[in-house]
Amino acid sequence: MGLTATAAAGAPAAAPFAIELRGISKAFGPVQANRDIALAVPRGTIHGIVGENGAGKSTLMSILYGFYRPDAGTILIDGRAVAIRDSQAAIRAGIGMVFQHFKLVPNFTVLENVILGAEDGALLAPSLSRARSELRRLAAEYRLDVDPDAVVGDLSVGHQQRVEILKALHRHARVLILDEPTGVLTPAEADHLFRILRGLREQGTTVVLITHKLREIMEITDNVSVMRRGEMVATRPTAATTPESLAELMVGRKVLLRVDKAPARPGPPVLELSGLRMVDADGVERLRGIDLTVRAGEILGVAGVSGNGQTQLMEILGGYAEPGATVTGRAALKGAALPLAGADAAQRRRAGIGNIPEDRQAEGLVMDFAAWENMVFGHHRDPEYQSGPVMDHAAIRARTARLMAQFDVRPPLGDLAARNFSGGNQQKIVVAREIEENPALLLVGQPTRGVDIGAIEFIHRRLIELRDAGCAILLVSVELDEIMALSDRIAVMFDGRIMGERMPDAATAGELGLMMAGAAAS
Amino acid sequence: MDYATVLQILDSAMRLTAPLLLACLAGLWSERAGVFDIGLEGKMLIAAFAAAAVAAVTGSVWVGLAAGIGASLALAAVHALASITFRGNQLISGVAINFLASGLTVLLGQSWFGLGGRTPSLEGAARAAPITLPGAEGVRGVPVIGPLYADVLSGHTPLVYLALALVPATWWVLFRTRFGLRLRAVGENPASVDTAGVSVVRLRWAAVLIAGVLCGLAGAYLATGLSAGFVKEMTAGRGYIALAALIFANWRPWRALGATFLFGLMEAVANRFPSLDLGPVTVPSMFMTALPYILTVIILAGFIGRATPPRAGGEPYVKER
Repeated sequence: MGLTATAAAGAPAAAPFAIELRGISKAFGPVQANRDIALAVPRGTIHGIVGENGAGKSTLMSILYGFYRPDAGTILIDGRAVAIRDSQAAIRAGIGMVFQHFKLVPNFTVLENVILGAEDGALLAPSLSRARSELRRLAAEYRLDVDPDAVVGDLSVGHQQRVEILKALHRHARVLILDEPTGVLTPAEADHLFRILRGLREQGTTVVLITHKLREIMEITDNVSVMRRGEMVATRPTAATTPESLAELMVGRKVLLRVDKAPARPGPPVLELSGLRMVDADGVERLRGIDLTVRAGEILGVAGVSGNGQTQLMEILGGYAEPGATVTGRAALKGAALPLAGADAAQRRRAGIGNIPEDRQAEGLVMDFAAWENMVFGHHRDPEYQSGPVMDHAAIRARTARLMAQFDVRPPLGDLAARNFSGGNQQKIVVAREIEENPALLLVGQPTRGVDIGAIEFIHRRLIELRDAGCAILLVSVELDEIMALSDRIAVMFDGRIMGERMPDAATAGELGLMMAGAAAS
Repeated sequence: MDYATVLQILDSAMRLTAPLLLACLAGLWSERAGVFDIGLEGKMLIAAFAAAAVAAVTGSVWVGLAAGIGASLALAAVHALASITFRGNQLISGVAINFLASGLTVLLGQSWFGLGGRTPSLEGAARAAPITLPGAEGVRGVPVIGPLYADVLSGHTPLVYLALALVPATWWVLFRTRFGLRLRAVGENPASVDTAGVSVVRLRWAAVLIAGVLCGLAGAYLATGLSAGFVKEMTAGRGYIALAALIFANWRPWRALGATFLFGLMEAVANRFPSLDLGPVTVPSMFMTALPYILTVIILAGFIGRATPPRAGGEPYVKER
């Protein structure tokens, strides 16, 4: 698990680690974001940290940068234990951080942003002129060219990121942490960034790169650590690992859940997508031409590391694409064209699409509303729940009582606010609401995330029953085991594309892992 | 209209601009740091009351001024505590301050002086004395320029000159010092300051307290310079007019001077010509008195120019990953 200095590429055997974390733990309420983390980063190396969204990478780096205080554990910088109480302490210890969402002042110039918080004295003029000459030196040394007098808000995202790196170097950072740095970059900008990072390594700077893109890890890092569900599960020299094994480590291999199901009897196509593209408000292409068909009576599982376009796909089909996004392509539901733009969630429901969203607390439920109110959302305009101009509370409550019994929601109290149910029972409320209306197509996102084992089995059984009743189900999950257990066909998604399709009995986790990491289907 | 009338109006405009300018600069400091301050009105009002009450009792305008600043600072601290430390809603805190000041001044005034909410009239050393600028009498004879200097620029109370001097001072601190850079950054993107290891809370507190001092000056001037004592609701919406001027000035110090002078000038014209005779029609006095408020509404409705407020204005800062 731990990494010894001798195993690390590019570091002398006796050199102390630039960063060493021992037993770091951090909990937010009941959620254990980091559990007993050990990490050692040799000086002058590029160290990758991979893991899915929510694996705890960002929390760990925020602890290192003084944004959070760990509940337990020690941090050693260059072999000495330091207490990082705030960002100022982290900066003094030589740590610089480039956040995923830049911390720049848009209407300030590059120079003003660089000196902010690290000025030489009470007057600005001397700081500005010193920063100007230092920027010139850094630009020459690391190819970090940016016009010092440009207003940051006018710069491209790639240039803004360089300003963030310059900020850190101006503060004499010897360890540079970058959180998902390429998420917003074009491929050319990303290549330029990697050249900058290699230049920094040559000059002795230690770089920590947080990402979930395995290609980047393989391309640029010396060592790589994998996080999963708040734990550090492995640290390896990059040369001694493969994208396939990293993908497996990231996704994890739980005890296989057995789902008894009869072979699917696929009917006519229900959902047909061709050439679906989506460019978000920032101009980044999130979906790059998706072709998919889901038939009646089958479950199509979409596997993939999160952040590869699954969320965007589900939101577009659910009728609530990200504002400002441009969606193109063709979609058809039961042979009739399905408008991709200008639709809303209500129209989708009327068209026969049920939706169990990925983030049930944000999109599936109103947490402060009672269960009976949540049970009727999306169907509250149906005539059967109306009594003249007002809602028929008696009918809605009766429906809630019936569904709660049928889906074994515990406790079966319709007046209880959604937030007072456990994760599994919250999900049962959503599942009950969506299945009850007999949709032609059911969108299912991360159905068992944060759900206990008993509820997982229950929800899986209900999905299979719905399939057997002829519903077409599009299932998105980052749990490979869940995909393999439930799906009748598996499509692997990577970087906004479908990498290929496999039948579950003919595919191995290793092969799927490789596709999830971006390797083309053979 | 003869030249003497023009001079008279300009002189009056100078005096009427000063409290607006001080309040406008107060709002500028606070809002540049990302804290909306709808409570300018209340802080001015309580400062006017405190300054008048203390000046009446002690007979010293300077002790009164200190009391005015102190009272305004106390309300500014309430605003800072509610909206910065406890991350409350800045507008609600400001409105509360306005109500508090409106009720408290009348209540205390009645119980202390028994004059129906007024304070006793100020005389002598309890009132701010005008300053004659050097050489004012000497140049009075020079045509055009002479009277402009002697009658318009010279002869105001010290706070008028302080208000004018605060315009370049504010500009210099905001745009030429480390404190100003950080303060502006905190109003645009507090996370940028926080990740640089500088306290967002401390910067915003400093800005709100500076606004408190400036409102204190504005209020004290109203009661001891422009008038001779406190009367109920004597700020008469000047805090809101200052906010409108702040938007009109696009949160910039020099433009704040221009914008508040425009309002001051309108008020002066309305005072000089209660009903304006334009030949066939006579503009009624009510319209003239309402003129500054009408302009306020027009500016706040966004009809004049495009205002770009500080981006983080109105939002309590919550640290996030």
